Amino acid sequence: MVGPVQSIERAAAILRLLAAGPRRLALGEVASSLGLAKGTAHGILRTLQHVDFVEQDATTGKYQLGAALLHLGTSYLDVNELRSRSLNWADALAARSGEAVRLGTPLEGKVLIVHHVFRPDDTFQTLDVGALLPLHASSLGKVLLAFGAAPVEPLLTAELEAYTRHTLVLPEDLNRALGEIRELGWGAETQEMSMGDAGIAAPIRAHGGLVVGAIGVSGPMERICDTKGRPQPPLITLLREAARAISRDLGAARW
Amino acid sequence: MVARYVMSIDQGTTSTRCILFDHRGRLVSVAQREHRQYFPRPGWVEHDAVEIWRNLQRVVPEALSDVGMDARQIAAVGIANQRETTVLWDRRTGTPLGRAIVWQDTRTAELVDDLRNRPGDEFFLERCCLPPSTYFSAPRIRWLFDHVDGLEQRARDGEVLFGTMESWLIWNLTGGTDGGLHITDATNASRTMLIDMRTLAWDAELMEFFGVPRQMLPEIRPSAEDYGEARSLLPGVRITAALGDQQAALFGQTCFSPGAAKCTYGTGSFLLMNTGTDVVRSRHGLLTTVAYKIADQPAVYALEGPIAVTGSLVQWFRDRLGLINSAPEIETLARTVEDNGGCYIVPAFSGLFAPHWRSDARGVIVGLTSYITAGHLARAVLEATGWQTREVVDAMNADSALALTQLKVDGGMTSDNLLMQFLADVLDVPVVRPLVAETVSLGAAYAAGLAAGYWPDLEVLRHNWHRAAQWLPAMDPERREQEYDNWKRAVERSLGWIQSPRRS
Repeated sequence: MVGPVQSIERAAAILRLLAAGPRRLALGEVASSLGLAKGTAHGILRTLQHVDFVEQDATTGKYQLGAALLHLGTSYLDVNELRSRSLNWADALAARSGEAVRLGTPLEGKVLIVHHVFRPDDTFQTLDVGALLPLHASSLGKVLLAFGAAPVEPLLTAELEAYTRHTLVLPEDLNRALGEIRELGWGAETQEMSMGDAGIAAPIRAHGGLVVGAIGVSGPMERICDTKGRPQPPLITLLREAARAISRDLGAARW
Repeated sequence: MVARYVMSIDQGTTSTRCILFDHRGRLVSVAQREHRQYFPRPGWVEHDAVEIWRNLQRVVPEALSDVGMDARQIAAVGIANQRETTVLWDRRTGTPLGRAIVWQDTRTAELVDDLRNRPGDEFFLERCCLPPSTYFSAPRIRWLFDHVDGLEQRARDGEVLFGTMESWLIWNLTGGTDGGLHITDATNASRTMLIDMRTLAWDAELMEFFGVPRQMLPEIRPSAEDYGEARSLLPGVRITAALGDQQAALFGQTCFSPGAAKCTYGTGSFLLMNTGTDVVRSRHGLLTTVAYKIADQPAVYALEGPIAVTGSLVQWFRDRLGLINSAPEIETLARTVEDNGGCYIVPAFSGLFAPHWRSDARGVIVGLTSYITAGHLARAVLEATGWQTREVVDAMNADSALALTQLKVDGGMTSDNLLMQFLADVLDVPVVRPLVAETVSLGAAYAAGLAAGYWPDLEVLRHNWHRAAQWLPAMDPERREQEYDNWKRAVERSLGWIQSPRRS
């Protein structure tokens, strides 16, 4: 059993202190109020500022609670910003894989498509941006569920819609699939949404490893998967490279 | 060893980039370094040409080592550059004579006003197809001669060389003081106000008029041709292309047929339409420019509509008004409302460029009522880019026999879906985004690879182009006309705000 992490306890104390009054506090006030060395308090405040939990006034240098704390429950990364930051990597993934690329974020129990790059064969295709996919029957959705970006509980008690005979409709099957995705670091959908189609997806992470979206490649079964119906390893490599590159750009460490 | 990649150097306004492309035009490696912007006085913008050359010396090895390559595996190198930025340097020492004067610099405004009065626009339009503007290089050379002691005499004595950034970099790459090539390409030369647009040669009358001696000017070469081997930085690699950045983007978008057009959406936006081998003189406020010239083939021309403020309006909305935290959030804010609520923003921050060319205009926000929210303003910001594009497209269609049938787009703002849909709606043509967003670099690589035989012909390059996204028009025609009419009335209200000090 590991004991409490001291710096997190101190961070919580600083947040409580700042929340206690309407007034902004100077570094010295924070340090003396909590009996911390100025250097220690400063380090914690800087970190809290970095994750937007604390804001520093530009002229006085005093601290107050950050706006992000008020919106803790909502997605903190703007979806249009996510698209803008993913653009080059999503293009490169489509160019290298020769398949269509989509980015998804959770929205009210569904996957919202926030970006779509056409399959680069110049056939007529229409932009899917703004479309909604089911969480349990899409690779993007399953990845969002597996890494906690979308809550899985509502799905475990609801009647899950069967789009094909391959759709995972039993809670235990879905749970097992999510466990595998967590282990592998990516997820697949093989004819679970529509017969003949397949897709693979990987998580996009931001600061602290938090999953903010998923990026996926999709196309006909025979191009995404091998003859045994398993996703092609080279495609998985390209996908995970793209997901890691976007995550790095968004500030995720070690990704 | 087999040459595997083509190298592209994009010497831009804010940074110098080196990118490697493979046979299918896919990006393989990128290295980039920003350089310092000098603003010594209001309206002045300068770069240090030595810093830019040093940055190139860093990004080239970086781009190669990122993919474990050395120069022997590079088939050819092509250069795209910020246009019109003026460098003067000492032929014997290779040292720049002061900092480069950047295309945004407006120190020549007074000189340009005088030129427009006497001898007047027509004198210049007849020869170089450009009206006098602070934008172009020749007035800058004149300004330097008038303000730097002894410079004009030194230039006459053959001690001084002039060039835009591609000339400066090629001269340094090919040996500098030790026999460096002093050359430019037709696209860059077409932005000096010193060439005859039809013969693509330095024009004696214009040189005489500006007092620019021939001996300081580079030799004008095709945009794609074997110029020679690099001797420094990339020893043995052939330099086979140079184009101005917007022309490079047109080439990278494979707009090779007359009527094909692209618009690059950045801080400002630049719409260019290929007009084939005809020199089309605009009667509707566009610039005539060289699109590209491949080896000894006839030059291909373009009509260009530069728009000064598009992306920078979003930056202003973010940095000065603080209504959003990042540029892409403008779309989120704009989507909080259904329409512009009757509000229009004309961003004439330093006058209006194409097709109006009104330096007396200043920005206006019209249609304000107590109903207007930040969301409506965000809509108006995005719509301003759409309508400004529409005005340029209308001018293109009026000047050219070829009506625009689709618009190829690139640049940072193409990630904004609301804006791209609005563009398709107001232009009433499909708007398409290519798979490779780095069209400037790609264009320089394409031209270089073409001249080096890495790619056989334009047709192969066309096949490398793939559609990454497409937006189709969906606006009700009646509403489009009504909104356009409102926009035009808003533009009228921006005109004439600045009164000339001479009149007051």
